[in-house]
Order: sequence, then C-alpha cells, then structure tokens
Amino acid sequence: MLRDITLGQYYRTDSVIHRLDPRVKLVATFVFIMSLFLVKNFWGYLIAGVFLAVCIKLSNVPPKFIFRGMKTIFFLLLLTMVFNLFLTPGKELVSFWKFTITYEGLKMASMMAVRLVFLITGSSIMTLTTTPNNLTDGMESVLGPLKKLHVPVHEISMMMSIALRFIPILLEETDKIMKAQMARGADFENGSLINRAKSLVPLLVPLFISAFRRAMDLAMAMEARCYRGGDGRTKMKPLIYKKRDRIAYGVLYSYLLVAIVVGRILFR
Amino acid sequence: MSLILDHVNYIYDEDTAMAHAALIDVNLQIPDGQFIGLIGHTGSGKSTLIQHLNGLETPTSGSVYFNGKDISDPDFNKKELRSKVGLVFQYPEHQLFETDCFKDVCFGPKNLGLPQKEVELRAYEALKMVGFDDEYFYQSPFELSGGQKRRVAIAGVIAMKPDVLILDEPTAGLDPKGREDILGLIKRLHDEMGITVILVSHSMDDVADYVERIIVMNKGRVAFDDIPVNVFAHYKELEEIGLAAPQVTYVMQELAKAGFPVDAKATTMEQAKNEILKAFGRC
Repeated sequence: MLRDITLGQYYRTDSVIHRLDPRVKLVATFVFIMSLFLVKNFWGYLIAGVFLAVCIKLSNVPPKFIFRGMKTIFFLLLLTMVFNLFLTPGKELVSFWKFTITYEGLKMASMMAVRLVFLITGSSIMTLTTTPNNLTDGMESVLGPLKKLHVPVHEISMMMSIALRFIPILLEETDKIMKAQMARGADFENGSLINRAKSLVPLLVPLFISAFRRAMDLAMAMEARCYRGGDGRTKMKPLIYKKRDRIAYGVLYSYLLVAIVVGRILFR
Repeated sequence: MSLILDHVNYIYDEDTAMAHAALIDVNLQIPDGQFIGLIGHTGSGKSTLIQHLNGLETPTSGSVYFNGKDISDPDFNKKELRSKVGLVFQYPEHQLFETDCFKDVCFGPKNLGLPQKEVELRAYEALKMVGFDDEYFYQSPFELSGGQKRRVAIAGVIAMKPDVLILDEPTAGLDPKGREDILGLIKRLHDEMGITVILVSHSMDDVADYVERIIVMNKGRVAFDDIPVNVFAHYKELEEIGLAAPQVTYVMQELAKAGFPVDAKATTMEQAKNEILKAFGRC
C-alpha cells in the first residue's frame, strides 16, 4: 500500500533526462506547469501530453512506476471532477433528479482532470530522475538572485532536500511500524471511519517519536561537521551547463511557444 | 499445529528496475514445540521469511500452509493467524505507543476482541512471565532501558498466547548481560509455555546454546537446515557466506588438530568443558 507513494522518490537508472542539469529540469517543470494553465483547448493539451510522453520515454522510468503514484491523488481527482461536472452552469446535457450535467461542466471537469494528472506526472518525472542532492543544488542556483533580497535561499533548499531525503526513510519506517502493529492484531483497513482514525494512533505515535529522534541525530551530525549555513560554502561539483542542457532549453522553449500558439491563438 | 513452506519465492518491487528476489525456492517444515535458530547475515532474506510465517507478506509464488490451510487463500483468517503466530520485531520502538507499559501490552489481546477482564489478566500474566517489575507497570514505555523495552515488546506479543513465537534479533543493541537475560527468558518461555520458538539472529554464539535446530539463510535460499552439531560441522562453508560457527567450535577443532583426543563436535561451552576434562582424565 505504502509502496504506491512515489512522491519525491528517485528512480535509479541512466537516461538523457537523468543526466540533464538539475536547473534545466527545474525550469522545465515550471515551464510545463505554466503551459498547462496557459493552454485553453484540446489541441494544447494534446501537445502537452505528447511532450510529457516523450519525456517519460526518454527518462527510462517505467510508466507503470510513475502512474502508481497517481492512486494516492485519485480521490482529489474524483472530487474535483464531480464538483466541476455538476456545478458548472451552462447548456444542459443530461439532467436527473436535482443534478444537471452541462456541456461546459463536462468540458471543465475533463480539463481539470487532465491538468491535474499532467501536473503530478510532470513534477514526478523531475523528482524521479534527479537525486535530492542535485535537486537542492539546482534549486539553490535557480533561486540565487533572491539572495540579494535577503531570502534565505540556502536554508530553504537545505530544508527541501532534507524533507525529500526523509520521505523514503519515513515511508519505510511507517511500513515497519504498521507490520509490527498488525502482528499484534491491529487492523488498518477495516472498520468505521472513527475506528480507522483511532487505529492510526498506534502507528503515528512511534512514527513521530522516530521522526524527532532522526531529526535530532541529523542536527547533531551536521553540527559535528561544523555546518553553519550557506555563507562561504563551496561546492565539490559545481553545476556547469553542457551542450545537451542547451539543447534541452531549446526544445523546452519551442514546446512552450508551440503550446501557446496552438493552445491559445490558433484554435480559440 | 505446524507451518509448512512449499517452494516459496518472494520478489521485492516486482517489475521495476529495483526488483530483487528476497526468497528463492524456500521449503521448510516447522513442527510443534521446536526451538529453532534462523541465521543469516543482513539481506539474506531471514526477515522476509518470518513475515511470510504470519501472513504480513504473501509469497510471489509457492504457498505457506498453517495447519494445512493455505494462508494466501482469500477467506483465510489472517487476524487469527497473527494471534497464533506471534512476531516480535527487532526494534521495540516500532510497536510501543501507549502511555504506560500495561496498556501497551493490552493492545494485542484487546485486538483479539476479548473481554476487558481477560485482556488485563493476560497482560498481567505476560508482563510477569517476562520478568517485568510491578513498579514499572504504569510507567511510560519510552522511559525504559533497551532491555526493559524489549521485555515489554515481547510481553505485548505473548499476551496474545501464540502457539509460535518468532523473535527478530531480540538481542540487537543489548549489552552482554542484557543479551543473556533475554535469551534465558526466551528459553524459559519455550520450556514453560511449550510453544514453538523461532529465534532470528546473525550470531551463532547467541543461538548455539539454546536451539535444537538451525536454519541458515544465504542470498534468499536455505543453505543449511539441521541440528546444530551438523550445521557447525560445515564451519568452512559458513565462513564463506559471511557467518561463523561458535567460537567453541574453533577451539575444539584446533585442539583436535593439535592431537588432543577430544570430539571436535562440541557446540556449547558445557559440552566443550566436559570433552576437555574427559581428555585430560584420559591423559
């Protein structure tokens, strides 16, 4: 069950996408998400879909693995779709009892669904193909200019990388705790909503205790190595753009251009 | 009451690049009342194996039978299986959560749906059985020492009155005194309650004195499955798979090689002592 959560996980393999500079991938994810909100019609989404499919293919990550993460947002997806489907005013399509499905509602609902699925898939490709360390480096570099405005960029990216780093660890821990409690007859899957919420206590208490313990251990280890924030810190492997990164930027911006032209201007 | 594993295979993360086989063609029979040592170094599949015994994992192929019933069967009652095959995990921190030790031990029997009186009686018995002091009953389990935590964790499982008790590395992280205490306790539980005990460890020295049968796991396969004497006779092969026979075995082997008239098969300190005394008596 917990293995379905792929959020923030890194998938170890080798591919063009894996080798790209993390800054390219960060910008690409941002651009891709932006494009999803800019395009307004079917053709635009088709282009976004094709772009995404090509990225998945290039990344060598099995699509099954990427879409496994989708199960966890299934309810959110369903909820947005239902609300959009029934609550959008417009031309009536079907009507029964108090509910009316409108043509506009149907369009809105499917658009929202596609948008959400693409959004999650797009960002998971980034985390699946980039190690947390690389991601942090990229983040720090992309956000670099904000340092002038006294934004603690280094600290933010450090926090982000620690958070990402701990997702798989805590998941594994949760899995172990669940098993230990199931071995004592705990039931996490059946029962009423209240009972199920109650059954989470034996899971959450050990999990929180272990998370705090890990956080303290980590803080101690960082202090022992004289960590004192980003000032004057140098990198062992500084990020340098290579030819493939420049090509990737080219591809990315042409995608954005085509998506906007097709999605907003050509077909209204 | 017995557990049978029939050609059990288990693959982690099937159909991803990380896929790896944790168990390969495991065939075992675990009859009633045995005291078994399950040995293997980290990643040998021993933890995966024990999770198959109480249905926390189900085999990718092959079957596990409990009392003749296939546990992968959809209508098999897994909750009942878990109360009959008690599993104590390596870290007590993974299961202790209540505000005091007594309530924590009540958790298992309560999940069995027993009446409150029975639950408390069982918890009391279990805590007494593991030699836990009355004065700590109502203390938070998080304030206890490692050894005491482990006792509470074991009590939490035996309060469910299992027929088979499996302990995953119950001595990890304990000092020699604590280790001896816990192992002695487990031996006592086996003798007094007449239950099957499976002791998981990576140290031969830990189990040699107590168990009557040793199962050695290596890379997901059962490498040896025999009485201790016969397993330790393969001490050269054991070394190759990153394990070692108990130190006593080495001493006795060396003595025999040096020409002492001793039987090199002694596996426990007691046997070795007798052998050596006998040898001197003869000299």
